[in-house]
Amino acid sequence: MIYLELFWTFIQIGAFSFGGGYAVLPMIQKYVVQQQQWITLGELADITSISQMTPGPIAINAATFVGVKVAGVGGGIIATIGCVLPSFILLIFLAYYFFKHSNLNFIQNILKGLRPAIVSLIALAAISLTMTAFWANPQANLLSFDNINHSGVVSAAISLILLIKFRLDTIGVIAIGAIIGIILTFI
Amino acid sequence: MITYRQLFLKTFKISAVTFGGGYTIVPVMRDVFVNKDALIQDEEMLNLIAIAQSAPGPIAVNTSILIGYKLKGIKGALITTFATVLPPLIIISIISFFYVQFQNNPIIQAALLGMRGSISAIMGYAVFNMGKNTLQKQPVFSAALMIIIFLLGYFTPLPTIALIVASGITGLIYFGWIKERLL
Repeated sequence: MIYLELFWTFIQIGAFSFGGGYAVLPMIQKYVVQQQQWITLGELADITSISQMTPGPIAINAATFVGVKVAGVGGGIIATIGCVLPSFILLIFLAYYFFKHSNLNFIQNILKGLRPAIVSLIALAAISLTMTAFWANPQANLLSFDNINHSGVVSAAISLILLIKFRLDTIGVIAIGAIIGIILTFI
Repeated sequence: MITYRQLFLKTFKISAVTFGGGYTIVPVMRDVFVNKDALIQDEEMLNLIAIAQSAPGPIAVNTSILIGYKLKGIKGALITTFATVLPPLIIISIISFFYVQFQNNPIIQAALLGMRGSISAIMGYAVFNMGKNTLQKQPVFSAALMIIIFLLGYFTPLPTIALIVASGITGLIYFGWIKERLL
């Protein structure tokens, strides 16, 4: 049952992606790319870029994208429901508890442990995505000139300058990356 | 007071026009529900955002779940959740159908390659900033945990969920028990 598999996979992703934003990427990489092999790492990089230019959180966008790809619109809906269900249930409990006692100390302590771990997990996902951006085949010889994606390397370098020096927003950075990709491929 | 219909429309509108996820959408929600409509007090809103961040999942969705629950109970929470995920669900479904044709178009392929480079720069920069912020409080504990989780994630096949659960428990034990009683 593909619907059940989608639902269960995204329940796990929804339940363990603390921290919002990019925090969902290591989970998707592990469960959707490596275990289920529903999308490739390159497609995950693409959906992350697309997410920055369309409304909605990366987690919801990725759930919809994977669900639709694997099992059509129904799959997209089921994956999205799976993705929000754990936090929905947990938040209703937390809100009920908080409105009664207004004390969330033990949760704060758990979060103090989670935050540094999440930074490392996102760093690991960023490394994997960078490998697919910089090399045509990350498993092959990384020093071979033909294996290097020149437009990926150049646009990463220029993007970094735009982000740090010029404080350009992410939508602008990605748009410029797209233009660099087109120019370098066709000249 | 607010009707279910108004609640749906307001949340749908915010979700449909706000790009870039949690850190952009939450201030917009605050502006609409606190400043414009005065349905929620500012301090309550800050509490809701704090609770939203303590659960897994996207902060934008979590905040809207809590706003719905605060204003209209569980039914309100269901309505705001639905209204928040509906715009991305529709837009990404449409994009997914075109993505297959997209992938075979040489110009789009070239653009996506460049975009992958940009996204790795954006993520690298985000990781750097997140790491810097995390290290400001409890630097020794945070740095140690960061390095251990990175090495475990890179060199061992331990499941990501196990690493997350273990670090949550570490925080609970360290801050709730060891630091209170022993240090």
